[in-house]
Amino acid sequence: MPEYSLMSDFSSPLWAWFIFIVTVGGIFWCFYLLMSQTKLLTKEEGNKIQVTGHKWDEDIEELNTPIPRWWMQMFIATNIFALVYLVLYPGSAIFDGVLGWSQVGQYNTEMKVAEKKYGAQYARYLQQDIAELATNNEALKTGGRLFSTYCTQCHGTDAGGGPSFPNLRDTHWLWGGKPEQISQTINAGRRGTMPAWGAVLGKSGVKDVTAYVLSLSGRKTAGDLKIGKQKFEQLCIGCHTAEGTGNIALGAPDLTDKSWLYGSSHRSIAKSISEGRNGNMPAFGNFLGKSKTHLLAAYVYSLSRTD
Amino acid sequence: MQETYNYKVVRQFSIMTVVWGIVGMLVGVIIASQLAWPGLNFDVPWLTFSRLRPLHTNAVIFAFGGSALFATSYYIVQRTCHAKLFAPRLAAFTFWGWQLVIVLAAVTLPLGYSTAKEYAELEWPIDILITLVWVSYAIVFFGTIVKRKVKHIYVANWFLGSFILTVAVLHLGNSAALPVSLLGMKSYSAYAGVQDAMVQWWYGHNAVGFLLTAGFLGMMYYFMPKAAGRPVYSYRLSVVHFWALAFTYIWAGPHHLIYTALPDWTQSLGMIMSLILLAPSWGGMINGIMTLSGAWDKLRTDPILKFLVVAISFYGMSTFEGPMMAIKTVNALSHYTDWTIGHVHAGALGWVAMITIGSMYFLIPRLFGKTEMYSTRLIEIHFWVSALGVVLYIAAMWISGVMQGLMWRATNSDGTLTYSFIESVAAMHPFYVTRTIGGLVFLSGMFLMAYNVWKTVTADDASPVDAIIPEPAY
Repeated sequence: MPEYSLMSDFSSPLWAWFIFIVTVGGIFWCFYLLMSQTKLLTKEEGNKIQVTGHKWDEDIEELNTPIPRWWMQMFIATNIFALVYLVLYPGSAIFDGVLGWSQVGQYNTEMKVAEKKYGAQYARYLQQDIAELATNNEALKTGGRLFSTYCTQCHGTDAGGGPSFPNLRDTHWLWGGKPEQISQTINAGRRGTMPAWGAVLGKSGVKDVTAYVLSLSGRKTAGDLKIGKQKFEQLCIGCHTAEGTGNIALGAPDLTDKSWLYGSSHRSIAKSISEGRNGNMPAFGNFLGKSKTHLLAAYVYSLSRTD
Repeated sequence: MQETYNYKVVRQFSIMTVVWGIVGMLVGVIIASQLAWPGLNFDVPWLTFSRLRPLHTNAVIFAFGGSALFATSYYIVQRTCHAKLFAPRLAAFTFWGWQLVIVLAAVTLPLGYSTAKEYAELEWPIDILITLVWVSYAIVFFGTIVKRKVKHIYVANWFLGSFILTVAVLHLGNSAALPVSLLGMKSYSAYAGVQDAMVQWWYGHNAVGFLLTAGFLGMMYYFMPKAAGRPVYSYRLSVVHFWALAFTYIWAGPHHLIYTALPDWTQSLGMIMSLILLAPSWGGMINGIMTLSGAWDKLRTDPILKFLVVAISFYGMSTFEGPMMAIKTVNALSHYTDWTIGHVHAGALGWVAMITIGSMYFLIPRLFGKTEMYSTRLIEIHFWVSALGVVLYIAAMWISGVMQGLMWRATNSDGTLTYSFIESVAAMHPFYVTRTIGGLVFLSGMFLMAYNVWKTVTADDASPVDAIIPEPAY
């Protein structure tokens, strides 16, 4: 008996036998029910069908019509199908079926067929570097299709992003826009963490830092810029640098441009400062395999190319 | 004075059947509109699809369907046993208790309290109340069976009895959970992972099998011969299909989990049991439709019979479709698509709602000392409106579902998927609009029914009278 086919909470082999006996016994129970009705409906009999003699609620009676033959045959056919299926396919935890079929086997077979059919095409792309692929229309077509299957849910069908999901068409890169950096982002994923400073800064501190951060991109808002700058230099420059231009090694955004990952409103920036943010780009390397992430990197790289 | 039947609780449940039918279907139309036009949740948390959808399913299955089953089973068991309802105070408790469950559901589900178990979303304090009501129900029903003045138990009562017993087992089994908070209404399921999924669909499928099928077959077995004025087609068939159905249904649940983490053998078992289920299900259809043989002409003039016969036809169609969808290769296409939604509504609107509506039109005047509804013409219109609504609904979902399945599996010459998910969502829009219209049409029929019922029970010659129990025929 293969161990994996039992459920972890029902690990006693007795369960397998219990279910086997009840189900196969049940199929024979259906046969028995049918065999108890040997008198089948024929045309001649149709005329002399009697009521059973029971009567309920003044006028409800039952005819003793024999069971229709076609129905009986259909029932027997499904029972026989079931028994044959149980012999051929896994249908109980005590027997895996003579065909050796399993759903994971079916998956592996289909993947093997696909690999044979498409593998060479993708392997060829893997030989070329990302910048080169980004000029290959054929490769970009496939990369774009992969993008619309795996990436559009967050980054949008136009790769324009949205609140908390980076725009991939501009030149503002959180983790770097060089081919190998993009590839790393797709393969291994990224986690961008902005700590929550609300408790440290207090309400007015958040206001001041917000004002200072906005001033870096030339915006004006209420708050003491001097205090804001002072706090910024104490707490923020470790990641965002003294100039506020960010650090791609940490995924710390450039605060001097007009690109805002979590929205550009005053409120949203104050929220980032006081409550923090957690960005999560999942890792696709193991899931999609090297050749596909390679194509995706080329496609994403091509989106922000200006030449 | 001669002893009378207890019609009071039957009247109460019958009226609430109409009320909850309208409420449940109205919520259905709202969420159908939200799928077509997502902005209709107005960004209000308790109006979002995720919270209203369980409200819709619970309202239709347990408030509408449940009230209909309480009403008809209390009526049928009395009439076919020639005995007054056992434990009338307990019966009254089942009415008020069940209404309380429904109201609590209508409050807690939009607020976001949910066990996240489909069709069993209600949290543990409500689950306990359901258990109390259900045990009382069983005592009243089986107590009346024990009191019966005829020797044989009528076939409708077998089905109703099996429905009551099995739903009790299903509810207790699936809702087993560890409560962690009373006011927070929070509990954790007793099962985890794939076992939880399996228990959930053992429950879910048998809620369909025993509540929505066996229960309503019980309804059919009484109202069909009554409305047709003909004997039940085949006693033998009813015995065989009842026992085969009762055994087989319990094993069909895994077909909801084909191509998932469920072990292969469990999936296979669910599939073959679903196929075996075809014949036992059709036994009920044959018995229902053939009961009318010899009285087909009545279909022309009696819209109640139209409701019953079309309901049985939808039942036959859905119980053919179900086993087909349980076949692994078909399921690979149909799973997670709108086809499933179409299938469910062929059952819920075509079978459950239409058999209920037909039965209620027969039953309600009799509960108020009359023999007919206020307007037969309105029943006729209601019938055609309902039929149109169901057809629009399920045709839209079939097309949409098959289209989704095909779009999801279509591939390009480089092995990539032809369509992104959002493209399939966009393609569904016209069908979602059609579905909304279908639902709206069906709902409008329910308002006709409400008007007709109102006029019937408030007519000058209508009064809530309990019929005298006649002597058994032999």
